[in-house]
Amino acid sequence: MNENTELDKNKEKPAQTHKIGIYLWIWGLLFVLSFFSYMVDWYQFQGILRWSLILFFMFLKAGLIMAFFMHLFWERYTLVNVLLWPMTAIACFVGLMVAEAKYTFFSRLIYFVLGG
Amino acid sequence: MSDSSLDNLPKGWKSVPNDLGSDQTAFKGVQWGKAMMWIFLLSDTFIFSCFLISYMKGRASTVVDWPNTSHVFSLDFMGVPVPLLLIAIMTFVLITSSGTMALAVKYGYEKNRKMCGHLILATAIGGLIFVGMQAFEWSKLIHEGVRPWSNPFGAGQFGSYFFMITGFHGTHVSIGVIFLFIFARKVYRGDFDKGRRGFFTTMKSDYVSIEILGLYWHFVDLVWVFIFAFFYLW
Repeated sequence: MNENTELDKNKEKPAQTHKIGIYLWIWGLLFVLSFFSYMVDWYQFQGILRWSLILFFMFLKAGLIMAFFMHLFWERYTLVNVLLWPMTAIACFVGLMVAEAKYTFFSRLIYFVLGG
Repeated sequence: MSDSSLDNLPKGWKSVPNDLGSDQTAFKGVQWGKAMMWIFLLSDTFIFSCFLISYMKGRASTVVDWPNTSHVFSLDFMGVPVPLLLIAIMTFVLITSSGTMALAVKYGYEKNRKMCGHLILATAIGGLIFVGMQAFEWSKLIHEGVRPWSNPFGAGQFGSYFFMITGFHGTHVSIGVIFLFIFARKVYRGDFDKGRRGFFTTMKSDYVSIEILGLYWHFVDLVWVFIFAFFYLW
C-alpha cells in the first residue's frame, strides 16, 4: 500500500487527544511539588536532607512536564531514546567538572589561604 | 499525536531498530516541525547545562562563602522578610502558564478555536507577568549593589552566574511570549481551521504548530525547574 495516501487519509481525521483530567492532575501535582520544594527552604533543611529533597522534587517535576505536558509518554521509543540518551553526556560532564572543581578549590586553599 | 497507520508497526523497544532502520523517516508519526523543535530543544538543553555546570564549578571552587540565596532573594511582605517569596510566585506563575499551554494544545487538536486562543493568550500573559517580575528582581539586586564582578553578600562570581543564567532564561521566556501573541492572533483568525498559508512558508497551517509552540513553552518551564532547584534553593 502507498504510505503517502495512507497518511493523507489520516490527516482528515482529528488527532487523538487525551482526557482533560490527566492535564489537570499533572498541573495540580506540579503545584504541590513546587510548594514542597519551597518548603525545603522555608523550614531551612540543611545538609544531605536538603540536597536530596531538592533533587527529588526537581526530577519529579521535570519528569512530569516532559512525560505528560510534552507528550513524551505517548511518543514512540525512537524519539524518546534520541532525546534522553544524550543526557548521559551531561551527567559525564557534571562528573568531570566536580573533579575539576575540587582540584581548583584545593589549589586555591593552598595558594590563596595558606599562602603557598 | 498518534496516527492509525502506526498501528501496524512494532511497538515498545522493538520499534527502535525498526524505525531507525526503516525507509524515509526515523521518527514515525512525528510531524517534521515537531522533530525539529525537539532537536532544537535538545541543543538548548546542552547550552543551559553548560551554564549550570559552570555555575556548579564556580560555586564549588571558590574559597569565599557563597551568598545565602534565602536572604538575598527575600522580599518584605507587610514588614516581614519572606525568603524567596518573589521566586516562589514566579515559579507558580510559570507552572500556571505551562498548564494553560498544555490545555491549549489539547483544545487545538479538538479544533476548539476559541478555547485554544483564550488559553494561548492566558499563557502569553503569564509569561509577561514572569518577565515583569524578573525585571523587578534584577533592578532590586542591581540597586543593592550586585554586579557581575562583585556583590556585597559574598563570592564575587555570584552576580555573573545570576545575570547570565536568569538573563538567558528570561530571553527565552520573552521570545516565547512574542510567539504566543503571534500564534494567539493566528488561532483567533482561524488560520489553523482554514489551512491558511504562513508568512515564511507556502505550507498550510495546522494545529500541530500549537503543539510545537507548546513544546518550546514547556521547555522554558522545565529549565526554570532546574534553575529554581540549583540556583535559588541549593
